[in-house]
Parts: sequence; C-alpha cells; structure tokens
Amino acid sequence: MQSDSRPVIRKFLRLSLTLTVILAASALLGLSIGSSGHNFTEIFDILFNRAGHDPMTATIIWQIRFPRIILAATVGATLALGGLVFQALLRNALAEPYILGVSGGSAIGAIIAMLFGLSPFFGVPIAAFIGSMGTLALVLVLSSGRSLSTINKDSLLLGGVMVNAFCGAVIMFLISITQTTQVRQILFWLMGDLSMFSVDKLPILFAIIPCFIIIFLMSRPMNLLLLGKENAAHLGINVQVIFYTLLITTSLMVSLVVCQSGLIGFVGLVIPHIFRIMLGPDHRQLVPACILGGGTYLIICDLLARTLPTEGEMPVGIITALIGAPIFIFLLWRANR
Amino acid sequence: MIAISIANLYLSYGRVNVLQDISLEIRSGDFFIIIGPNGTGKTTILKTMAGVAGKFRGEIEVIGKKLAACSPRELARVIAVVPQQMPLDFPFTVAETILMGRSPHLGMLGLEGPADYELTKQAMEFTDVAHLADRRLDQLSGGERQRVIIARAICQQPKIILLDEPTASLDPAHQIKIMDLMEQLRQDQGMTIVMVSHDLNLAAMYGNRLLLLNNGKVDMIGSPQAVLTGANLERTYGCTMQVEENILGNVPRVTPVPNKFKT
Repeated sequence: MQSDSRPVIRKFLRLSLTLTVILAASALLGLSIGSSGHNFTEIFDILFNRAGHDPMTATIIWQIRFPRIILAATVGATLALGGLVFQALLRNALAEPYILGVSGGSAIGAIIAMLFGLSPFFGVPIAAFIGSMGTLALVLVLSSGRSLSTINKDSLLLGGVMVNAFCGAVIMFLISITQTTQVRQILFWLMGDLSMFSVDKLPILFAIIPCFIIIFLMSRPMNLLLLGKENAAHLGINVQVIFYTLLITTSLMVSLVVCQSGLIGFVGLVIPHIFRIMLGPDHRQLVPACILGGGTYLIICDLLARTLPTEGEMPVGIITALIGAPIFIFLLWRANR
Repeated sequence: MIAISIANLYLSYGRVNVLQDISLEIRSGDFFIIIGPNGTGKTTILKTMAGVAGKFRGEIEVIGKKLAACSPRELARVIAVVPQQMPLDFPFTVAETILMGRSPHLGMLGLEGPADYELTKQAMEFTDVAHLADRRLDQLSGGERQRVIIARAICQQPKIILLDEPTASLDPAHQIKIMDLMEQLRQDQGMTIVMVSHDLNLAAMYGNRLLLLNNGKVDMIGSPQAVLTGANLERTYGCTMQVEENILGNVPRVTPVPNKFKT
C-alpha cells in the first residue's frame, strides 16, 4: 500500500491527462480526415486561424467535421458512462443502455414527439426521457422479485433484449406509417448515425455536462453500491437517494444523445469493461476514464464509418456492434463458466 | 451507559410478523449474543439495529439518539456491520475494501488522507490480513475474507459492531480467532459487540449477556448461565439438549442429544 498522502488524486490526474491527450489526438485525426480528403498539414493553420489556408477547407472542417467530432465525443462519453452507471446500479457487468432497451425507449419517445411536431430543443428530449424511464421501469419490474434489491441477472438481460427488440419493431412501425420527412431515416434510428447533426444543435449537448458532474460526484457512493445495497447502507450511504439520482441522471443524458445519434449499441459495454480490467473497480478513476475513453472510441468508430466505404458512409452503429457484440458474447460466456 | 435500547419493537414483512414486542437494552461494553432457532428473526433484529430492515413500529435508540432521527452516515459512524456475506461481482482489493470503512468519516468524493491509511494499516495488522493487502477479495479463503470485513468494521471506528454469524462457515481455529478479536476489541477499546450466532458453546464462552429469541419474541435475556439451561433450550429449539458445566470454567456446555443416545 502506498504511504503518500493522496494517491487517488495523483492517479486521477495522471489518468485524466493521458486520456485527454489521446482524445485530443483522435479528435485531430477526425478533423483531418474526411470524404474530401486529408488535411493533415492545414489542420493546425485552420485551428489557430493562421494565414495561408484554403477557406473552403476551413468551412468543411468548422461547419461539418467539427460539430460531428463534438457529437461523436459527447455521445461516446455519455453511452460509456451510462453503461458504467447501470453496471454499478444493477451490479451486472452486462448492463448497458442499449442492451437494457433504455436507448430504444428514448428513440420511440423522440419519434413520437417529432410526429407531433414538438420542439427539437425541449419537446423531443423530454419525450425521449419519458420513453427511456418507461422502458427502464418495465425491464426492472420484469427482472425483479419482491423488491428492487433482488434483481435476477438472467431475466434482466432477457427482459432487456426483448424490450429492445420490441422497441426496434415499434420504431420501424412508426416510421413506416408516417409520411413526414422528419423521421424518414429508419437506419438513423436503428443503427445509429452521426451524420444528421449540425452546428446549430451543439447547445443541446451542453445539458449533458451537468449530468457528467453529478455522476462524478457520486463515484465514491457507486463504489460502495458495488458491495450491495445493504453493505452500502452500513457504510453510511443513503442508498435510495443515490440510486434514483443516478438512475434518472443517466437516463436523462442517454435520452439527450439518443435524440441526436439514434441507437448506438455496445459502447457502454466495451469501454467500461476495458477500463475495469486496466484500472480496477474504483469509480473515481472509471468515471473520468469512461468519459474520455468513450469519446475517443466513438470518434475513431465514426472515422471508420466515414472512411471505410469507398462511397458515402455507413451508420456508426454497425462498427460499434461489430466490435461490441463479440465482446458481449465473450463476457457472457465467461460469466457462465 | 446504554448502547442500544429497543422498546416494543414490531416488524412485519407483508403479513408475516417477524418481530413482535421486542424490548431490550444492550449496555455499552456488552458482548451481546443473539441465539434462537432458524427463522426466528435473529438477522432481522440485527438489521433493524443497523437501520436497514425497513419500516418498524416501536422505539430504537442508539447511544441515546433515536434511530429514526439518524442519517445513514451518522449511524455508520457509530455502528459497523459485519454481514454474513459480501457480493464479489466487482472485487476490490483487501486494502481498498478496508479503506471503505472510512467512508462515513470522509467527504463526498471520499478522498482519504494519511490518517485514513494509517487506520487501515492498523486494522489490517490487528486482524492479521496485512500480508494480503493487494490481493483481490475473491481470491481469499472464507476465514481471510471474514477478517477483512472485520478490519473494515474496525476502520469505521464505531462504538458498536454488529455481526451476523461471523463464524458460520469457519473451522474451529478460525472461529476462535474471530471471537478472540471481538473480545479484544471489547476489552481494549470498550466496543459493544452484538452478534447473531448458532453456536451455543461459543455464545456461552464469549457472551456476557444472551438473548434467546423464539418465533420473533424475546424468550429470555440474561447471562449464559441463566439462559442456557436444558429446559429453556428444549422449549425453544424443540430438541433434547444436555447442559453441563464446561471444564474450562464457570460457563455451561451444551450438547444436542441425537436420537440414538436417548434412553
């Protein structure tokens, strides 16, 4: 055991710094590469507004790639953190917003709100939030016995998968019967896509930052929740307050990103799992790691989605599922051994 | 001084009355052991004292303060709990687990200072798990894990430690080791020990006061000599028990009598 005063703070700073550098590097990479070619040399001129760059390239980078990178980073961070929180709350390494059907529920809420013509800044996110809370409540009721403290692992996953499949069907149904151009993009909702975003929607993402802060402040209680609700209570945690604050905060931020990105699966599974292997179960390290690492991960996945097809691009959800589903299967296989 | 006082406690889960009209006082420095047949509410009464049993009727005071008026944090500074088992899905290391005992004394993010590390070290040495500091909890034997949880409880610097059958799955040597640790805490630091146990002989040798619980009601409270009589035990447990004086000293020794030895 280390004898110096605050190893937690030192570890936290070292980790955050390293991951921030990696995040910045991947963001630069994402800014530099696109369908109109590479701009490695120009990128710094444009970023620091130095003379001698092509104004056309500058516009592409600031108006198209920049908001997309910000969106990818925010969505990745939110989904990874959402997965981490659900895993702590349910004490199940396989829990994740997508697998639990929470993402699907918020997509349904968002689509219904759009069909009724609600505002994309308030109405749609609120409807998405209601949708996510609804599916979450359904999955929890399906998988719990007499009380929420006796959640059955198998029914949780099974319930989540079925609710998720049902949500997919409802999404397709809603879009099939509608004539509105607003929600025509079925693939956007089912596979997740970051290409529908624009600069003017950036303020929506600011609402997510307070959620990150709330969750970070609760990282110590989350550690104690991993010991089970009773053990956490014995160590002085107000379990009800912490549990529901985390649940609602997480559902809120996941709903906000689902409105902008559609259903992107498995980010919340892969990232927390990798960091848990590297850093151990302490959430004071895992929360910043998942925010920064999740952002990096989705920027890279989106870069692949944009550049792998020779023409056009593919939904980023394909990439995350291609990577995430095998990892999920591996985790399930290992858990059953 | 009174550590825990309970007056007219009633508790039910649904329609099942688990505890009925329990009244008792646990004095500061007691080694208080709760005995009784399976399913009579021993664990529930422990959970009630720890403030995690849910709604109850009646009055409970912990060190002179009403339980209902205590926040979980306040309570955790006074009472530490050693549960029957700990979930190991996300195993922390031994040192991390013990350090968690400092939680009720720390701020929101729980940033530990040098004093907290020192207390952790002392607790590890006291329960003889210092050599395991960096091992993960799921890699330990039952006895080692139990000592880690006890170290966590000590690290909490409580006035009262509640233990739920801490010796249940341990071999005799480890049982005695755990019980001796508790006795030492009681003598050196004046801690109050409250324990649920199925082992009547350990209860007789270590407890200074016993509570015999039967069907959710207090059957008897008193010294081991007063409570552990053949008549009391046969009435509550419903099997023949032979009680004699233990050759170790002035405590009873209890032997349940198998059918084939009955005359």
